[in-house]
Amino acid sequence: MERTTWDLWVGAFVVAGVAALAILAFKVGNLSTYNASESYTLKANFTNIGGLKTTASVRSAGVLIGRVIEIKLNPQRYEAEVTLSIDKRYQFPKDSLISILTSGLLGEQYLGLKPGADDDMLKNGDAIKQSRSALVLEDLIGQVVASKAEGAK
Amino acid sequence: MALVNSVRKIGHRVIEAIWRIGYATHFFVLILLNSGSSFRRFRLTVKELFFTGVMSLIIILVAGLFVGVVLGLQGYEILKRYGSESALGTLVALSLLRELGPVLAALLFAGRAGSAMTAEIGLMKASEQLAAMDMMAVSPIARVVAPRFWAGVISMPILATIFSVMGVFGGYLVGVVYIGVDEGSFWSQMQGSVEFQHDVMNGVFKSFIFGIAVTVISLFEGFDAPPTAEGVSRATTRTVVQSSLIILLLDVVLTALMFRGN
Repeated sequence: MERTTWDLWVGAFVVAGVAALAILAFKVGNLSTYNASESYTLKANFTNIGGLKTTASVRSAGVLIGRVIEIKLNPQRYEAEVTLSIDKRYQFPKDSLISILTSGLLGEQYLGLKPGADDDMLKNGDAIKQSRSALVLEDLIGQVVASKAEGAK
Repeated sequence: MALVNSVRKIGHRVIEAIWRIGYATHFFVLILLNSGSSFRRFRLTVKELFFTGVMSLIIILVAGLFVGVVLGLQGYEILKRYGSESALGTLVALSLLRELGPVLAALLFAGRAGSAMTAEIGLMKASEQLAAMDMMAVSPIARVVAPRFWAGVISMPILATIFSVMGVFGGYLVGVVYIGVDEGSFWSQMQGSVEFQHDVMNGVFKSFIFGIAVTVISLFEGFDAPPTAEGVSRATTRTVVQSSLIILLLDVVLTALMFRGN
């Protein structure tokens, strides 16, 4: 079995393919900023999640710390139950506040986690007690219209 | 009488089409059953990888760059209206990774490598080389067809990933270097919205499926071609037309399965 120039070219071709995949993973994709393997899950309840979707980002002080992995309706309390996966490097106090925020005026919605002051930290599977629901634009407009109508009387 | 004849013709066409589908499936199974030798004697596959994969690189590189440049220009024009030029990276990367990379690379691959495969095998059949192999108890499917199949299936995802990378680079050239979108937000918005599993791997999976479809169609058309000059030329045309249609059809199905808008 002797080596041919075909082998060289095909080898270079395969290496180029693997390099392209690595570029897509680390330069184009998010594999470098967020590692799903070392994470823990938290739960949070909201009365209204607005347009939040699974894979939406979870940020604290603007830094990406995790993602939304599941959204479902709690049939007993009629509240949205959101499951988050948070990077293990970041621990948060028990009384942290989670709120649904919007990036820009029309941007996508994400979760903001504001740390509290408790000494105990949230553990895997815990629920975040304090939550603030999404601002629904229609509700806001409705309130403004209603208050204008009050004023006109 | 004319009516009966036309009905008869339609029926004949339908039966013929079903027959060919069945024969093609049979052919595909035969390839899979006979692919042992293309891995035991990997040299055969390497040679085909050179002709299908490496020789398609130039067209893939250039086309990917051009598509990325056009995406950058058009995307900027549209995003500028909403004042969100910084999302250009997201637009370029997602449209390339999810759709344009796999689909356009497969279309180019069908034109560049698929047609060559059909013509080659059709001519081998026309000059009775395949029959001669059969006489020597060498299975033409194991010796000629299966290595080409695996070469196509292996090179298609590689070509599609390279296409996407070149496209992103083209979008970067236009967006950041030429127009002057902020480089930091170009990359960070891209990284913020591209999921490795959801976007990159789904694109690779798509191109893998396209690779199977294109190579099976090309090899089958060559294998099934009437052994005449006209037959081979028709088979080559059919390869390009059918592969292109099948690629787009499969893309609809796969996109519907992968991105259901949730």
